[in-house]
Amino acid sequence: MTDIAQTVGNTDIMTAGDVSQQQYLTFMLAGEEYGVDILRVQEIKGWDTVTQIPNTPKYIRGVINLRGTIVPIIDMRCRFNLEELTYGPTTVVIVLKVNSKDKSRIMGIVVDGVSDVYNMPDEEIKPSPDFGSAVDTNFVKGLATVHEKMVIVLDIDHMCNSDELSDIEAATN
Amino acid sequence: MTIDMTQFLQTFYEESFEGLDIMESELLNLDVGAADAETINTIFRAAHSIKGGSGTFGLSAVAEYTHVMETLLDEMRDGRRQVTQEGVDVLLRSVDVLRSMLTALRDGDELDGQGISDSQKELDTLLASGAGATIQETISETANQSDNDSVTEWQITFRPHKNMLKTGNDTVRMLRELCSLGDAKIQANLESLPLLTELDPEESHLGWIIDLSGEVTESQIKEIFEWVDDECDLKIVPLKPDSVEEVSIQDAPQPEVIDSQDRRTATDRRTGDRRKATTESASIRVSIDKVDELINTVGELVITQSMLGQFGEAEDFTPEHIEKLRDGLGQLERYTRELQESVMRIRMLPISFVFQRFPRLVHDLSGKLEKKIELRMSGEGTELDKTVMEKIGDPLVHLVRNSIDHGIEMPAMRAASGKSETGVVHLNAYHQGGNIVIEITDDGAGLNREKILNKAIKNGLVSANEQLTNEQIDDLVFSPGLSTADQVSDISGRGVGMDVVRKNIRSLGGTVEVKSSPGKGSTFSIRLPLTLAILDGQLVTVGKETYIVPLVSIVESIQVKQENVNRISGRGEVYKLRDDYIPIVRLYHLFGIKPRSEVLNNGLLVVVEAEGHKIALYVDDLQGQQQVVIKSLETNFKKVEGLSGATILGDGTVALILDISGLVTLTKTAGVPDLTVIDGGIVAA
Repeated sequence: MTDIAQTVGNTDIMTAGDVSQQQYLTFMLAGEEYGVDILRVQEIKGWDTVTQIPNTPKYIRGVINLRGTIVPIIDMRCRFNLEELTYGPTTVVIVLKVNSKDKSRIMGIVVDGVSDVYNMPDEEIKPSPDFGSAVDTNFVKGLATVHEKMVIVLDIDHMCNSDELSDIEAATN
Repeated sequence: MTIDMTQFLQTFYEESFEGLDIMESELLNLDVGAADAETINTIFRAAHSIKGGSGTFGLSAVAEYTHVMETLLDEMRDGRRQVTQEGVDVLLRSVDVLRSMLTALRDGDELDGQGISDSQKELDTLLASGAGATIQETISETANQSDNDSVTEWQITFRPHKNMLKTGNDTVRMLRELCSLGDAKIQANLESLPLLTELDPEESHLGWIIDLSGEVTESQIKEIFEWVDDECDLKIVPLKPDSVEEVSIQDAPQPEVIDSQDRRTATDRRTGDRRKATTESASIRVSIDKVDELINTVGELVITQSMLGQFGEAEDFTPEHIEKLRDGLGQLERYTRELQESVMRIRMLPISFVFQRFPRLVHDLSGKLEKKIELRMSGEGTELDKTVMEKIGDPLVHLVRNSIDHGIEMPAMRAASGKSETGVVHLNAYHQGGNIVIEITDDGAGLNREKILNKAIKNGLVSANEQLTNEQIDDLVFSPGLSTADQVSDISGRGVGMDVVRKNIRSLGGTVEVKSSPGKGSTFSIRLPLTLAILDGQLVTVGKETYIVPLVSIVESIQVKQENVNRISGRGEVYKLRDDYIPIVRLYHLFGIKPRSEVLNNGLLVVVEAEGHKIALYVDDLQGQQQVVIKSLETNFKKVEGLSGATILGDGTVALILDISGLVTLTKTAGVPDLTVIDGGIVAA
């Protein structure tokens, strides 16, 4: 039974990525390297001014116009409670497709800079250690090692679907 | 008042065929024995809409026919009737009949009276067979069926229709398969075999009677004939003497002319293609003129573009070129605007398109119910997104029908209670706070709260000892299965309308509410967001940000005169405008941004009104007015209090659109800024 499930899982990946393993785009944030599923990345663009949205958490920088679509922008440093930096020439916005319950949404995240693209088979991604309440590892899908460096693989669906970012929960209630 | 109904007739046919497709696919998805209530509901709703629509357009044959189907489905929905294969088959065939009826009506052909009456007879028989069937009877029925499972001898009468071979089905294969199930004695029926000279080798003329013995279940036999059950007469009878159960999959006589659509659905079923019908179609219907117009404009744009392109290739740039370049850019601007306008026109239509259906409906219903009703309409010019409009049509029909059927009393009763004999139903539409509001008001009896509550308790929607406010009781009318009509008519009263109404409106992101006062009437208000509507907006700046105030909500914009500013208990500010005291809302404080100036004299007050409340928004400056296209913030983000959406300005930046009624609520919770800091400034100014 489990064998079948695994085989099915693997073919899923193959059809989805057309490669035998998943590719991840990594970006830098305060010296750490984070990875997101490359198939979710819509585009990477330079930082530009945003329109602030009143009465929203500080990590929501505002919204931008992406060819006619209003896209919210999240500052990852602020989201992870890291020290804030002034945006520089390498500061980029990664535009991601986020899946929620019944629809997909487009969101942008501000990071220090993009790093690389790695092939990482699913089995190489280790579950993140439990830090208890000291560190919130909810957004972390797992940890992987690439070229003897640690890459933190993010679960972007989880990260971008919390209560403050969407009212899908509220709408269904 | 004469209205050309034919323009809506086309829409009705299109919607009905969509509805039939939904019914068919859902019927095919229906699990016999363990039917999903939601699936039955979906089928029921589709039938209900077709019935309602055909009634509106005076297609009584269709309405009557659908009414029988609907009654059958209603019983299934309430659990009074078990969902049997036979029932599903009969319903499927009636969907086919209904489709051919509608096709014939649309193309102006004659109805196949024989086919319809046969099929109706079939429905009636089915209806009669289960009428008043209690749970116990259904249990014994199931017991009977399980008895059948142990039957060891079957007699199968199999008679293919003439054309069965042409669809690629092989009778020999089927008979062979039967033989593999058990001992079979096959007897051919040569009665209808024509003379050799008249014989068409591609037609099937034979019939068979097969006596099958062995451990065979009925479903095994049926499986063999699964692909041909609509192309043959098939009878499977157990040969056990004491059993009376007979399962017949006899096909209704096929209409002589099978149209292409019929054939298609038949093929679909044969190939077992259970395509999942998307319950709402993502397409919009656009007249070809509008598309032509678009193509023309795009053509002009291309010409202008190639003209402008020449300047880039020119060897040297002379002053003559500048003149031409200017012309070209002017043209480009004009065509771009034209293009924008024609694209907008595709999606936006005045709501009169929906409203115009109603005079006929009211006319017909008032005749039928012997009530006197006057229909009033206002705000027909209110523009609405076409996709929203298409979905709002059915809920509105339900609501108007309900108002007439349940709301307005009989003339005698009205006279007795001191009202004019003629009841008034008022349809009204307007824009409010970034929403479109459609109201259906009647001056009838109002909701009968006692009756609603009793019914709700009976249906288990609320418990008997629950204390409900009047509003909560009124709200119960939107619950599924709650109808207070004493008589089930073909107008309303099945308790399907209102829950569909709420469901449809919610799916559009809107709300529906009812306000009712006994003896005076009820008002149903539908509130829909403007998913894509154009808005006349006033651009205002606060600090570095630009916001858009909907022009409809602006009363006036004024320069602050210090002597007119007053404070209540030293904090809340009000502005005396003529005889009104209007609270001042400092937008920068509300939104937590840094303004250019905190001193009232340096900025402007924009007096806005929402839901009867006036507030004065303090902004730094006014910019121009322009039409803006509303973009939803919810698509990729979430609803933000005080904002109804966003738009993109000429320079590509995003500007937020203020939701005035949201701002009024926000003001109440946000409190007032600490004015002592600013006081020095005011004195200095």
